[in-house]
Amino acid sequence: MKCHPYKTDLPVMLPYKPIETENFGSTIKLWYAVPIVALILGTSAIAQSGSDIRLGAVQTLMRWMPLLLQGFIFNVLISVMAMAIGTGLGAALGIGQLSLNRLVRSSSWLLTQFFRNAPWLVLLFFAMFLLPFEVNIFGIIVPLPDWVKATIGLALPVMANVSEIIRGAVLSLPSGQWEAAESLAYSRRQTLWLIILPQCLKRMLPPWMNLYAILTMATVLASIVGVSEVMTLTGEALAAEGGRPDLLAPFYAFVLLIFFVYCYPIARLTVRLERKFSVIN
Amino acid sequence: MSWNDTEPMVSIRDVYKSFGTLEVLKGVSLDVMKGEVICIIGPSGSGKSTLIRCINGLNDIQAGSILVEGQEVNDPELDKLELRKKVGMVFQQYNLFPHKTALENVMMAPIRVLKHDKEIAKKAAIELLRKVGLEDKEKAYPGEMSGGQQQRVAIARSLAMNPDVILFDEVTAALDPETVNEVLLTIKRLAEDGMTCILVTHEMGFAREVADHIYFTDGGLIVEHGNPKKFFENAKDPRTKEFLSQIL
Repeated sequence: MKCHPYKTDLPVMLPYKPIETENFGSTIKLWYAVPIVALILGTSAIAQSGSDIRLGAVQTLMRWMPLLLQGFIFNVLISVMAMAIGTGLGAALGIGQLSLNRLVRSSSWLLTQFFRNAPWLVLLFFAMFLLPFEVNIFGIIVPLPDWVKATIGLALPVMANVSEIIRGAVLSLPSGQWEAAESLAYSRRQTLWLIILPQCLKRMLPPWMNLYAILTMATVLASIVGVSEVMTLTGEALAAEGGRPDLLAPFYAFVLLIFFVYCYPIARLTVRLERKFSVIN
Repeated sequence: MSWNDTEPMVSIRDVYKSFGTLEVLKGVSLDVMKGEVICIIGPSGSGKSTLIRCINGLNDIQAGSILVEGQEVNDPELDKLELRKKVGMVFQQYNLFPHKTALENVMMAPIRVLKHDKEIAKKAAIELLRKVGLEDKEKAYPGEMSGGQQQRVAIARSLAMNPDVILFDEVTAALDPETVNEVLLTIKRLAEDGMTCILVTHEMGFAREVADHIYFTDGGLIVEHGNPKKFFENAKDPRTKEFLSQIL
C-alpha cells in the first residue's frame, strides 16, 4: 500500500525537521547581525537621552575600546594556556584511566571525576588562595601572578574533561582493533600509541574544540578574583566614567559581542567537523 | 620446552570455557599437525569461534590444556607476545587499521614488533600483497577497498609476521558472495604452500576440498570428526546428519 506520509485526516504531529544551513558564510553574517543591531539600537536610544556636555555612549565606548580589546586578548591568552595545560594533564589522566594497573586506573578515575564534578568558580578560588604568590624551584624564585593562578585554576576542570574525552574516544573504537593488534603481537603500549590513539584524534577533535569554546567563555570568572581581563576592565572603565547607567548596556553588549565573534566560528567549525567525521566513520 | 614436528603443533585437551554462567566449551580436544588444514564447522553458538580464539590467548580458558608447539597457553606466566608471533589470526570483520594504507597495515607489525629493517619489511610486504593479488592497492586505505580486498590484505598482514599457524575466524562470513571466492582461493594457495591453517567456516564446499580433517561442534562439544570424505558421506552422529542435511 502506498500513502503519502503527510496526507491524513487524523491530527498528527509532523516530524520536526531542523533547517539545514548549507551556506556557512551567509549564516555567519546573519547571526552576527543580531548583536550588532542590538548594540546600535541600545546605544543610540540611550545616547539620545544623555546630556549634551557628556560624550554619547558610543563615543565613550570607542574611547575605551582599545583597552577592552587588550583585556580580551588577555582572556584569550588565559584560555589558550589553560587549554594547553589542561590538555597535557588531561591526556595523561585519560591514558591513566585506561591503564591495566588498578591503582593508576582508579586514581586517574577519581581525579577525573572529582574535577569534572566541581564548579569551575570554586576551583578558581581554590587555585587563587591555595597557590603561593611565588614558588622556589631549585633556588630560582618564580613569581606566580594572579592571572597565572587563574590559568591553573581553569586548567583543572579542562584537564578532567579532556581525560573523559580521551577515555570516551578510546572506548568508542570497535574492540576488533584491539584484538587485531593483540593478535599481531603488539604490546599494549604499542597498541595504544600506534593503533588506538591515532584513530581517536579525529573523534576527539570536535568535543575538544567545544570544550575550548566553553573555557574561553569561562575566563571571565577570573574577574571575580581580580585578574585584569575584559570584565574587570569593563567594570573599571564604567567606574571611571562615573557609573553612568546609560553606559552599562553598550559596554556589556560590546563584551558579549567580542566573545560571540570569537566563539561562534569555533562552534560552527565543530559542527562541521562532527558532520564530516560522522560520515567517514 | 622442546617440540619437534612429529608432535602436534597445536594440541587441545579437555578445554572448558564459560562466559559467566554460560558454558561455551565443555571438554574439547583436538590435534593439529604441522602443515595440516583443519576446518571446524557447526551451528552458530556451538563454540567454534571461542575455541580458536583460545588458541592465541584472546580468550582464556577455565580448565584444560592448549599446547602450541609444546608451550602451554593456559599458563598465567605465558609470554603472550611470543605466542602471538607464532600464531596468526584473520577475523570475520577484517579489522584492518583504517588510518594506515594496505602496505602500512602489512609492514607495520614486522617493523614495530619483530624490529625488522624497514626496507626489508617493505619489500616483503609488497611481495605479500602481490601474493594475495593486490599489488596495485599498496597505497589504498581500507575504506577504499572492497570487503574481499580488505580480507586479503588482512591475510597478507598476518603472513607478514611469518607465523607457524594461522587461525581463520569465519573470514568469508561478512563478504559479498562474489568476493568470497577470491578470499577462499588465497587461503587455498596458502594451504597448498604447506601453511598450517585452522579455519572456522560455513563454506562446506571449501572445507571438503581443502581440509585434511573436519571437526563438527555442537553445544560446546566436538560431536564428530574425520577426513572430509568420511565426514560428508558417512556422518554417524544424528546431530551431524541433521546439520549437513540442512546446509547441503
